[in-house]
Amino acid sequence: MSNIVINVENLSKSYRLGIINHGMLYKDLQSWWARTRGKEDPNTRVDVHGGKRDIDAAGHFWALKDVSFSMDEGDVLGIIGKNGAGKSTLLKILSRVTAPTKGTVKVKGRIASLLEVGTGFHPELTGRENIYLNGAILGMTRKEVDRKFDEIVSFSEIDDFIDTPVKRYSSGMYVRLAFAVAAHLEPEILIIDEVLAVGDASFQKKCLGKMGEVSKQGRTVLFVSHNLTAIRNLCPKTLLLSSGKAVKLGDTSSIINKYLIDNQKGYNIFNPIGNERIGDRMVSIEDFKIQPNPPVTGGSVKFIFSLFVKNKKPVTGIELAIAVSTSDKMPIFQVFSGHMSKDFMFPPGRSKVIVKIDYLPLMTGVYSCNLWLGKGRAPVDWIKECVLLKVESGKTKKEFIENRGYPIIIKSKWKQTVD
Amino acid sequence: MHSKVSMNTNKNDSKWSTVIRPKTGWFDISLKDLWQYRDLITLFVRRDFVAVYKQTILGPVWFLLQPLFSTIVFTVIFGMVAKIPTDGIPHVLFYLSGIICWNYFSSCLTKSSDTFIANAGIFGKVYFPRLAVPLSVAITNMITFFIQLILLLCILIYYYLTSQVIHPNLWLLSIPFLLLEMAALGLGFGILFSSLTTKYRDLSYLLTFGVQLWMYATPVVYPMSQIPEKWRWFFIINPMAAIVETFRYAFTGAGSINFINLLWSVCITVMVLFTGIIVFSKIEKTFMDTV
Repeated sequence: MSNIVINVENLSKSYRLGIINHGMLYKDLQSWWARTRGKEDPNTRVDVHGGKRDIDAAGHFWALKDVSFSMDEGDVLGIIGKNGAGKSTLLKILSRVTAPTKGTVKVKGRIASLLEVGTGFHPELTGRENIYLNGAILGMTRKEVDRKFDEIVSFSEIDDFIDTPVKRYSSGMYVRLAFAVAAHLEPEILIIDEVLAVGDASFQKKCLGKMGEVSKQGRTVLFVSHNLTAIRNLCPKTLLLSSGKAVKLGDTSSIINKYLIDNQKGYNIFNPIGNERIGDRMVSIEDFKIQPNPPVTGGSVKFIFSLFVKNKKPVTGIELAIAVSTSDKMPIFQVFSGHMSKDFMFPPGRSKVIVKIDYLPLMTGVYSCNLWLGKGRAPVDWIKECVLLKVESGKTKKEFIENRGYPIIIKSKWKQTVD
Repeated sequence: MHSKVSMNTNKNDSKWSTVIRPKTGWFDISLKDLWQYRDLITLFVRRDFVAVYKQTILGPVWFLLQPLFSTIVFTVIFGMVAKIPTDGIPHVLFYLSGIICWNYFSSCLTKSSDTFIANAGIFGKVYFPRLAVPLSVAITNMITFFIQLILLLCILIYYYLTSQVIHPNLWLLSIPFLLLEMAALGLGFGILFSSLTTKYRDLSYLLTFGVQLWMYATPVVYPMSQIPEKWRWFFIINPMAAIVETFRYAFTGAGSINFINLLWSVCITVMVLFTGIIVFSKIEKTFMDTV
């Protein structure tokens, strides 16, 4: 029988907006005075969520609403969701930083939470002293730290500076030491919030390796991240949160696909709203079309840029690119006019650029595209993830249906000879 | 919402080591939790003690200089200029004993009063029993108190050997108890204030001012015997008055011990401490949402 170590039942958390507290006594009095005269409260907070979220009549905003799930011993669960989906609130409740409004969480074993590295580091104390202090804050006893001390120091790669106050450390050393302490915690349950985004690339790799190691030791781990690749690598199962509700818990790759699909309004259409956009837009991308829609594996495809020059002068030397990534943001290839030694001059007003690919080398699936328009290396209009490219298998060839993790297909000729 | 929520949770209920639920009872502090985190408390004490005087030239000597300077100032202003009597004991001894007593209480109070605000960063990221912080404050200050007590003893011995005016007595045995009472009173008020300042920051300004005023309402710079009879009632409701008087009496034999005042002071202390803990344990659960 499986051994449940975390059981979350109907967990809800509400925040009261605006009226409850202003942090200053006089503002409370001001609000009270306004209300007794029947006027509008001058201190009501502007609704930052655009009124979309369910704020009930009493002014409660539900950051989490009836979330239930359970985890067995040794489970490694990823948690994903957009900003404001309730991920941080869930972690805060699980790590006992704040109490829920409704519902319970039952836990078997010791929990350690890593919502941040280096919590409680004191700049005046030495590395050695901070290891003990930080360890104790994270719930280790002095004996446990004693036992792990050498390992922590060697992991952090700061041996020579261990007796130097941490205020003299470089930020890299600081973070490495902090992560090293955290990585050597030995709780039964570990809660991690995006702390992997620290240090340089090689240290990040080391951290990811350490996390993988931890999860293999049979520890139960909850891992929140926006880094879908890390989630895919570390967590067999994932929970998707949306607007405070648990949408689905299941196998990671299906949940990630669902998450990406939910966040995109449609396939093969240009959707720049809400995506990162860089450049001065001397020439701007107004539309982007794909023909045929949907494109077919191995078939020919046309991409059509609709462009607009706002000034009265023509713009010269513009290059265009379409960068294609997998749905979890692993780059695959780019179609770049520069590679074909081609640049464009655009007259004022509207114009179109058409790029044709004879053989689309993508297997069935959903891909994300960045569109780039630039002069030399400088982007003029660069929109990230603005097109969700869906490729279908076409009617003829069955072998194109499954991509087995390899998204690219290469046209090749096969010949057999007999000696 | 999915089938994995198992049905056997009820019979396993006793095995859960932690249950996180909405607000619990009134008096919800886990002493066991606090005991498990004793290493953390010692490390906090160490941190606060060591960090304060790092990168200072005189280091721990400041612990002694600070009450000495205050004593000199008080001796000049209240003793020589204002000529307030000191119950016949040397000025230095009179003021110093009052000052180190008051210092302990007031630093327990002011330093624990910003528990939530000053530690919001840590409290927002990790759980440990929140009472560990004010407790470590009381212990850190106790070390300071003992260092200053040694200074007092040196001066006391000097006067004891050179003059006949001071009479240390058996009340010295009550010093540990007085110290505990001051810790409890300072902490009680401190955590009460720390809980209230999460909502109203204004109170922290009020506190700085209030503590100063409170010192002059306590027999630190004047002896109880100088207070006219009709104002004595006021010192019954000020629990620090009886503590400072008893403390000074124990070392010097000057002044008087008033049992009723002392009893009252203990009652008030216990009340304040309990109120503080109740409010603190209510606030600690959700203060991250308001701070």
